[in-house]
Amino acid sequence: MNGVGLVLNFDTILVILAASLFGIFVGAVPGLTATMAVALLVPLTFYMDTIPAIAAIVTTSAMAIFAGDIPGTYLNIPGTPASAAYVGESHALAKKGRAREALGINLVCSVFGGIFGTIILIVVAQSLAEVALKFSAFEYFWLAVLGLSCSIFISVGSRTKAFLSLLFGVLLSTVGLDMMSGAPRFTFGVPDLMAGVNFIPVMIGMFALNELMSYYGSKSEKKTISVVDKDSVFHNVPRHIKRYWRNMVRGSSIGTMIGALPGAGADIAAWISYGVGKGRSKDSSKYGTGNIEGIVDASSANNSGISGAWVPALVFGIPGDSITAIVIGVLYMKGMNPGPTIFMDGSGLIYALFIVFILANLMMLPIGYIAIRLSKLFILTPSRVLMPIILCFCIVGAFAINNSVVDIWLMLIVGLVAYLLAVNDFPMAPAILGLVLGSVVENNFMSAMLRTGGDLTSFFARPISAGLGIAVILLWCSPLLIKAYLYQKRKSERASA
Amino acid sequence: MIMTNHSLKALITSSLAAAVMVASGSALADYPERPITLIVPWAAGGGTDATARTIARALEEELGQNVNVVNRTGGSGVVGHTAMLNAKPDGYTLGLATVEVNIMHWQGLTDLTYEDFTPIAQINYDSPGIQVATDSPYESLEALVDAMRSEPKGTFNASGTGQGGIWHLAFAGLLMDQDMSADHVTWIPSEGSAPAMVELASGGIDVVSTSVPEARSMIEAGRVKSLAVMAPERLPNFPDIPTAGEVIDSDYYTGAWRGIVGPKNMDPEVVATLEEALEAAYNSDTYQGFMDKQGFGTEWRNAEEFGQMMEEMDGILGEIVEQVGLAN
Repeated sequence: MNGVGLVLNFDTILVILAASLFGIFVGAVPGLTATMAVALLVPLTFYMDTIPAIAAIVTTSAMAIFAGDIPGTYLNIPGTPASAAYVGESHALAKKGRAREALGINLVCSVFGGIFGTIILIVVAQSLAEVALKFSAFEYFWLAVLGLSCSIFISVGSRTKAFLSLLFGVLLSTVGLDMMSGAPRFTFGVPDLMAGVNFIPVMIGMFALNELMSYYGSKSEKKTISVVDKDSVFHNVPRHIKRYWRNMVRGSSIGTMIGALPGAGADIAAWISYGVGKGRSKDSSKYGTGNIEGIVDASSANNSGISGAWVPALVFGIPGDSITAIVIGVLYMKGMNPGPTIFMDGSGLIYALFIVFILANLMMLPIGYIAIRLSKLFILTPSRVLMPIILCFCIVGAFAINNSVVDIWLMLIVGLVAYLLAVNDFPMAPAILGLVLGSVVENNFMSAMLRTGGDLTSFFARPISAGLGIAVILLWCSPLLIKAYLYQKRKSERASA
Repeated sequence: MIMTNHSLKALITSSLAAAVMVASGSALADYPERPITLIVPWAAGGGTDATARTIARALEEELGQNVNVVNRTGGSGVVGHTAMLNAKPDGYTLGLATVEVNIMHWQGLTDLTYEDFTPIAQINYDSPGIQVATDSPYESLEALVDAMRSEPKGTFNASGTGQGGIWHLAFAGLLMDQDMSADHVTWIPSEGSAPAMVELASGGIDVVSTSVPEARSMIEAGRVKSLAVMAPERLPNFPDIPTAGEVIDSDYYTGAWRGIVGPKNMDPEVVATLEEALEAAYNSDTYQGFMDKQGFGTEWRNAEEFGQMMEEMDGILGEIVEQVGLAN
């Protein structure tokens, strides 16, 4: 295969190595994100050949998504909305002194998910893309509702508070130009708000700033990060794999499927996978208290989702997420036009691309391991030095996404609100998902209604849509049904006694 | 970050040079004597961004100065365009303006109009294509237009961009040109062309109006066919697609342009220098090769013609915005 030759040369390997380090760095710094890392790379890819250019993007995004879990684990500051699903879980483990163990299994699951998604991409890309094209506004509406519902059902503590937090996020998602009418909503004459509230400054405010404020707000004797890491990174991994391999396969399958849908991405995948995992687990009560199983579910799903997003991008030139949207432009520029022909043009480019995927994911093991070892820095650095540095990066990260000062204000305001919510035990994660999915729910609902002239039954008129709709309604009714079942059981037990 | 001694020295020298220059007032004869900033009102990684970075690279070779691309996104283009006109008109801050300049003020989203800029050169123009699914019963634009005309309002729907986006207005303009009301076909807003293409293929939408390059991958995948392009001549990259004029009797054209502008009141000498350099950059292999690969349309207009084009387009699009009921 000439694909191998295209990859296994000095230049490409060097690019992969450099991109790995870059991705790990950007991902591991609280406040900087994977999408930002890829956007920064684009001008550089202008000067590269096709394969190194793609390799740089693939490697950077995979590394940054994993590395985002490092500050998540140590500092409770997730790197991406996708890792917000299980940040509570891994931070709880870190507090128990199992930070490295949590990151170790996370790393292995990320690699597994990434390679699983790549194999699906290689084997069934074309038929999977066919299925993805069957999804229309009706299906995306239900899928987004399912994701939002999962965020309530997996929350720890009061579901009412989780629901209110979700609504806060949905409220933020209504800011900006309404896609349907073209009219600005809640923008108060600020042009920067017309494109809506970007989730990155909000996420930085909600998690990082909130964390900083609770640190400075706490009593002085508690002013150390209550995390120790003396455990081994990979020691317990074989045991966890043996126990949870089903979760890995299930998470990766869910991740690849949802990632392949152009209107849904790794975020929804991680939440749904985590939700499904909790629903099917034998000890679901342990979810949210520092449970390896939940990390396995969600971290294999979000990395496979990234590979899955390439399916519609390569087959139809339709981006599966914000990263592949950038990639498609680069592919065209390099004369590698997406479409069915990309699989048959005989140049071996597509095979080279697959090899890059596998290589980038494998590279995560050693580099990720080093990054986990180095992350001791988070603990060794005195908090009074670390916290101001994090604040600097938060401001840089919020500004850099749009080069806009308004986003810094947004981050500061949201951080203040989030602090007030957090001291009153409201969970943050549902709000982030609400912000990301709120407009997906609204726009798909409105689009479907415009098309059918307001016929609500149309949401059950298509087979996939009807199936998803019934699943959502069953999920909503499940607490009631379970209560009714238990009540009946107790009644019959009493009757027979 | 550790700065090497060398680059530190370079930094000091260049900042000194900048300080001296500011103090002495800019000597026009030597323009440009320091790097130029090019503001892009859309996100890094998109089509406009790539176009800007390519022309910037070609321009660097002509001017012998760095041209730095800065993305000022947000506000559906308002933020970036506002940043361009608020810059100092010294020729060191330019912008890549897009067709939204001719649309947004009609919708009441901003006060800025084309008159707030100094036009320098138009470097791109994309014409809208009319796309339907491959299994659609309509084989030609004529059949489609006849069917739309004979059915009552709201029978057909179309998509391709957000409410009041250029492809929406271009399509509504075609309907008006064919003696239908601008809202005879229901417009289903979408976030860009890619989601609209998916809806078209999944059977949720009848027609998609976007530029032909945006439909290319789906055309090549055999999912979508382009019935016609609304342009005076066939597109060089898509010679099989007829023009609207060939199929139905129509000489209505509108489309998306991109051009280099500066703030109002720029020095005519600076504009002339830039115009000349841009023309060479436009004709360079770097720029032409890139645009050809992407399938984007190239169209050159110098400062004067570019200004006239914007004025003309502003009137046409204002009329359509009024007719589709989005004027504010």
